[in-house]
Amino acid sequence: MTRITLPRRALGAAALATLARPAFAQATPIRIGELNSYSRMAAFAVPYRNAMQLAQDAVNAAGGVMGGRPMELVFRDDGSTPGDAVRVAEELLTRENVAFLAGTFLSNVGLAVADFANQRKRLFLATEPLTDAITMAQGNRYTFRVRPGTYMQTKMLIEAIRGKTAKRWAIVAPNYEYGQSAAANFKRMLGDAIPGAEIVAEQFPALGRVDAGATVGALAQSRPDGIFNVLFGPDLTAFVREGNTRGLFERRTVVSLLTGEPEYLIPLGDETPEGWIVTGYAPDQIDAPPAHKAFIEAYKARFNDTPRLGSLLGYVTVQIIANLLNKANTLETEALVNALAGLATDTIVGGVSMRALDHQGTLGTWVGETTLSRGKGTMKNARYADGANYMFSETEVRAARPPA
Amino acid sequence: MEWSFLLVQALSGLASASSLFVIASGLTIVFGVTRIVNFAHGSFYMLGAYLAVTIVPWLLEFDRSPTLFFVGVLASALVVGLLGVAMEMLLLRRIYRVPELFQLLATFGVVLIVQDLVQLAWGPMDIPGPRAPGLRHGVTILDQRFPAYELFLIVVGPAVLALLWLLMHRTRFGVLIRAATQDREMVGALGVNQAMLFTGTLFLGAALAGLGGALQIPRISANAHMDLSVITEAFVVTVIGGMGSVPGAFIAALLIGLLQAFGVLIFPKITLVLVFLLMAAVLVVKPWGLLGRPEAAAGRAVLPEGILDPGRMDWAGKVLAVVALAVMLALPLIDAYAVKVGTEVLIFALAAVSLNFLVGNGGIVSFGHAAYFGLGAYGAGLLVVKAGLPMEPALIAAPIAGGLAAALFGFFVVRLSGIYLAMLTMAFAQIAYAVVFQWVEVTGGDNGLVGVWPSHWAASREVYHYLTAVLTLAAIVFLRRVIHAPFGATLRAARDSAQRADAIGIDVRMHRWLGFTLAGAAAGLAGGLYAFSKGSIDPTLLGIPMSVDFLSMILLGGIQSVLGPVAGAAAFHSLKDFFLPLTDHWRLLLGLSIIAMVLVFPRGLAGAFASLRRRPA
Repeated sequence: MTRITLPRRALGAAALATLARPAFAQATPIRIGELNSYSRMAAFAVPYRNAMQLAQDAVNAAGGVMGGRPMELVFRDDGSTPGDAVRVAEELLTRENVAFLAGTFLSNVGLAVADFANQRKRLFLATEPLTDAITMAQGNRYTFRVRPGTYMQTKMLIEAIRGKTAKRWAIVAPNYEYGQSAAANFKRMLGDAIPGAEIVAEQFPALGRVDAGATVGALAQSRPDGIFNVLFGPDLTAFVREGNTRGLFERRTVVSLLTGEPEYLIPLGDETPEGWIVTGYAPDQIDAPPAHKAFIEAYKARFNDTPRLGSLLGYVTVQIIANLLNKANTLETEALVNALAGLATDTIVGGVSMRALDHQGTLGTWVGETTLSRGKGTMKNARYADGANYMFSETEVRAARPPA
Repeated sequence: MEWSFLLVQALSGLASASSLFVIASGLTIVFGVTRIVNFAHGSFYMLGAYLAVTIVPWLLEFDRSPTLFFVGVLASALVVGLLGVAMEMLLLRRIYRVPELFQLLATFGVVLIVQDLVQLAWGPMDIPGPRAPGLRHGVTILDQRFPAYELFLIVVGPAVLALLWLLMHRTRFGVLIRAATQDREMVGALGVNQAMLFTGTLFLGAALAGLGGALQIPRISANAHMDLSVITEAFVVTVIGGMGSVPGAFIAALLIGLLQAFGVLIFPKITLVLVFLLMAAVLVVKPWGLLGRPEAAAGRAVLPEGILDPGRMDWAGKVLAVVALAVMLALPLIDAYAVKVGTEVLIFALAAVSLNFLVGNGGIVSFGHAAYFGLGAYGAGLLVVKAGLPMEPALIAAPIAGGLAAALFGFFVVRLSGIYLAMLTMAFAQIAYAVVFQWVEVTGGDNGLVGVWPSHWAASREVYHYLTAVLTLAAIVFLRRVIHAPFGATLRAARDSAQRADAIGIDVRMHRWLGFTLAGAAAGLAGGLYAFSKGSIDPTLLGIPMSVDFLSMILLGGIQSVLGPVAGAAAFHSLKDFFLPLTDHWRLLLGLSIIAMVLVFPRGLAGAFASLRRRPA
């Protein structure tokens, strides 16, 4: 019987920790723990991390934070399961001595880390998880979220189809929380945008295993005027190809969550459907603000690739963190939390503030139409939808969020 | 509903069935001959798709002809076949003499390695393949449009079936495959070169998987999650059809394809669980699948793979146990994080020992042990979150929840044996997973539930560590005691020869059922402790990856030993914890170390320790 605890790799970290004495305070980096699914969700997470490093270098080159201290992100894979993520979070806090946590991709992972942060009374800045629960029913004092959640993005699309004539709608969404709650939000808000509209079909294929032929057949059979799609990734490619061949999208309004993001649009290639109303990001069409343009150029120059939506999110997150550290000017958790609530940051997409009421960021996203240009998918008529206009109403937040 | 729609929906189902059959036929042939549960089959499928999206566009540069498209598809399949040969010659051939289950662990290592290698070679983005020239369009059938390529796919399945039939009945290689599927030992005794036969079989199996993947490129993009999305369904098809039976796999694929196509019309959310419901139903009625037969060797006395003689602990074992215990208790002296990892190792050690109580002692190979672990966690977590009870009663409820679930599922499971039993446990685990996943109002769905924290007195990491240590060690000692007791010996008797055990008056099913329930309860306790150490519960606790982790732990530790799984749990969890922060490619490193350990310690850590002890000084 052996129980081995392998000697830790953390010799370097230990050395750094030893240096963390007041005498060296000027040069001591401020460490922030960033955990994400770098291995399993690499298509999102690697461009995200690239941009974070870019932003971190920019901040440090401009003199660092909190009066000249460099900031240092400590990146860790979260293993893509809540169990692994909570252990990694613990490691970041206890071994790496990070000031607070940021990151996560999957909603269940984000929620588990959020509750862990609440239990340990440490700040957690969730970046990518889209579930509404993280700021609503399961929100807590120590957790903030940067990206617009499922509700906000669905609402942006609902606004985009306000007044359209399509009455009969079909929904297709992956069978898990994100898909189900997007579908539920859409159903709830549809009648308001298009009076008299009804849902005539719903399909919930298992995530990553869509049986595209059967799903497209079932949707077409209900003869909808409009389709609301929540599929993404490999499921989306299969669905679009099948739908194109079978003519599912012809003469129909199609509304689709996230499809305009380069992560999901690039794999559609020359099969990109024309005129879907989507949320997303088209870096080649961004002209303003100038800082955003500069970010795109800098990213291209350093990584020889166009930024993804993940990259934008990573950059904005680091800007918010730098601003937070400067404003709070301490690493004490309660002070950080108080400083972050309501904190307004001037980012590359303009002002982003963290609403104090529900800890939701006002970062927005772009709403536009898909189009095919030189054999590649992109967006046209894209406009930036500021998240501040699409948040849950204060009454809804008060009803859903547990009292602080 | 109009007839034209039903017809087209049926055609959609046939196209999926056909694709599924091509993949599953390879899996069933490999299993039939080598008895290897080849997890890497899904990886071959993924490699087929990635190779095809590389080779086919390159060929189409010369000429956009259908011929070149299919040349590219076949070339991809052949390359994947060669990779299968490489896996057989470099890895599997070295471990044919160790317990069969061990090969499963090796193929699992291959899965992890391929996942990362694919990402290194092709990058993380999904890669769309070209459509097949000449088959891009839709064909109008009655008033519905249907993809021409899918009509072609419908033909591929029966064509592959016919070719396989010819191969099996008209060539010497095929005859040998059939013979080995029926009785491998006899084939060996008759002087057939088994190494060649196995290499050939792996080539055929991998090439079929590669073909299945390559044929999908006009429909889906090559992506890094393809392997796991297809492997469970392929297993289900082979099991429903009867392991080793190619026609059986064909019928099973048809059943699943059609059920899926029409099932989504009535229950749109059923896709998650449909295939597993079907598998459970088939196995309960037909224990060897539709066209499978009981193994010829089933009645033969074979050397059992498991605990032979639990024996007494010798002085070296005692020293090791005491040292390990001391290290466990001294962890708080190192740092807070070491305590955290130590707590988890203890919990996994209990789960692993409970699994080996079934596998090593009872010969009941469970591929779904995480179900009881997870249901224990849910039993405890729901009491805390929904009923507002404190930790103490919730921890009592955890083993009860795990035990009850094991009693319910075990009632059906213990009627089966071998690989079918294993697959039924997996089916039940997936059904439990689907219930937890879908019953959002109670379980919180896939987001899970948070707020499962220990009572105030046990809130600190150190106190919770000692609490876990007391409970898990008590449970492990108890299970060890049971293995030494007459009950444990009875389970071993039933494992080694059910008929003989029956003949001396042992109620084999009743004993195995009780054993199954006890193991489920122990896993449930581990699950409850795990929930409180994490503060949250979610469906991944019941998932297949968790079950595979447990299997890896007992195989690494050694299934012939009572306490080996404890070492396995410590080694596996420490490895994962060591590699996870190092690099994005932790799966590659984890996979490589699993394979290294399989090759270096072919009887597990405990087996290595035992042979070290036996060597004359």
